[in-house]
Amino acid sequence: MTRLRQLVVCFWLQFKILLFSPFEGFSAVVFPLMFATAALLVYRVNGDPEAMLYAGIGAAAMGIWTSQTVSATTLVQRERRAGTLELVVAAPTPFSLVLLPITCAMATIGLYSVLATILWDWWLFDIALHIENWPVFVLSILMATVTIALFGFLLSVSAVRYRTSWALGAALEYPGWLLCGFVVPLDLLPDVLRPISRALAPTWAVEGMRAAAAGKSARGDLAICGAVGPAYAALAGWLGVRLINAARRDATPALS
Amino acid sequence: MTLAVEAIDLRRTFTSRSGTFRRTRKDVEAVKGVSFEIAPGELFGLLGPNGAGKTTTIKMLITLLIPTSGRANVLGHDVVHDVREVRRRIGYVFGGDRGLYERLSGLDNLRYFSELYGVPPREQKKRIGELLELVGLTGREGERVEGYSRGMRQRLHIARGLLHDPDVFFLDEPSIGIDPVGARELRATIAGLREQGKTVLLTTHYMFEADELCDRIAVIRSGEIVAEGTPAELKGLVSAGRVLEVETYGIGDEAVAARAQSAAYAPSWSRSAASCRCWSSRASPAPRSPSRCWRSWGRRVSVGSATATRRWRTPMSSW
Repeated sequence: MTRLRQLVVCFWLQFKILLFSPFEGFSAVVFPLMFATAALLVYRVNGDPEAMLYAGIGAAAMGIWTSQTVSATTLVQRERRAGTLELVVAAPTPFSLVLLPITCAMATIGLYSVLATILWDWWLFDIALHIENWPVFVLSILMATVTIALFGFLLSVSAVRYRTSWALGAALEYPGWLLCGFVVPLDLLPDVLRPISRALAPTWAVEGMRAAAAGKSARGDLAICGAVGPAYAALAGWLGVRLINAARRDATPALS
Repeated sequence: MTLAVEAIDLRRTFTSRSGTFRRTRKDVEAVKGVSFEIAPGELFGLLGPNGAGKTTTIKMLITLLIPTSGRANVLGHDVVHDVREVRRRIGYVFGGDRGLYERLSGLDNLRYFSELYGVPPREQKKRIGELLELVGLTGREGERVEGYSRGMRQRLHIARGLLHDPDVFFLDEPSIGIDPVGARELRATIAGLREQGKTVLLTTHYMFEADELCDRIAVIRSGEIVAEGTPAELKGLVSAGRVLEVETYGIGDEAVAARAQSAAYAPSWSRSAASCRCWSSRASPAPRSPSRCWRSWGRRVSVGSATATRRWRTPMSSW
């Protein structure tokens, strides 16, 4: 119970930090809409309503991916720059439980971007979502948000060693759109990239959203998504322990 | 009685690598066998210049660095193996204005770290209120930290470090960069900690600060402890010795060095008590009247050459 309270309070305070940032606030509000606009303008050329729905759902997920990958890779770097990294590492709370609420706060911003993009699609492009199975669709959105957050968690721990990790976030942003099949069907990707797509939980979450929207069963997609997400968390937790031990032993990564 | 802090022959080596294609490895021994003990309730100072190894020592004690060799215990817990137990019982504050979430208020910063340090929810409000009072930030806690002065940030840091009521408190150059008034208030806060019975390890490079606050001081230089004792004992050691600056004219380096080694011309000096800070010689004679030297420095010493003039300088009033 105490641990749950800790997660909730830390989540809320980290969410406040994200909300108070003018630059991050602006980018979180505007960027997903701009990306969705660009994707939908391309798809509108064909005049195919099904393709527009496909792109509309994918564009909604793009926002979460963007907000998560870019900010997650800079998460530890921001803590280091603020001088708080040493303090949170020196706290009795395990480091992974320090990072988890921060990634969840970022995921909440991502959740906003899904909702804002869906409304934007409807308002600007007249894409009305005809969802066959709303509960599953909502569950798919939540799972996409959570699993992308967990992927961000994994990224943030992996990138802790590198001071220039922000570049990794920027580099992953656009390939992720393709690899997760947000706006381009996975069938169009070369075979060699398919395993990477399948290892990314957001791929399955978006497939689940599309299946739910079309009235098909999303159970399989969501089951795989639900399995891959916790695997990210477990891997991130293990990596976090290793990295902190390395920091204590070798003084790299530097904590200050 | 369990010691609050016990460091036994602590050593820490850092390895750095340089070069793009041909990588070269360089080992730097930052701490070279540091040993000391701190009793519960004691305010112990680690005094030394920048780069002496103070922060590295403190980081080993707070579990952020693993010693290369040697061992250390905090309240009987090993800093390498009992990490969680040590962290629960210690507070850590470093100098400078970093280490806080600028976009959060002072109160929110304290709430956040209360959660991370496991302060029971029921006690948090009361504890935060007490600490804000202690550090003189009551009434300003609702403001965002980005608007705080450096002194206010430092005091908030101290409040943060005390949230979980640690038994041992590590302060790493807390007054660095603070104006004299802020530093005085900070020293008053630190003195208050001792009155509360906290064990404090303070690192500083300000001698007056260590003198004013500490029960005992260890002087660290180049990773080694070169002196340890109460402020009075350390001052006694310094006044027993002589700091000597010698400038010679017209005498070769060898002759000067030989005299410096033997110290035979000054029988009241012993090698252990005296420290010769600077021996310099000028090869070209620069005539100077002996009487002027006498007036200037109060003492003239013959080193053996009738043509030589010596300038002896010592800051000690007893000389």
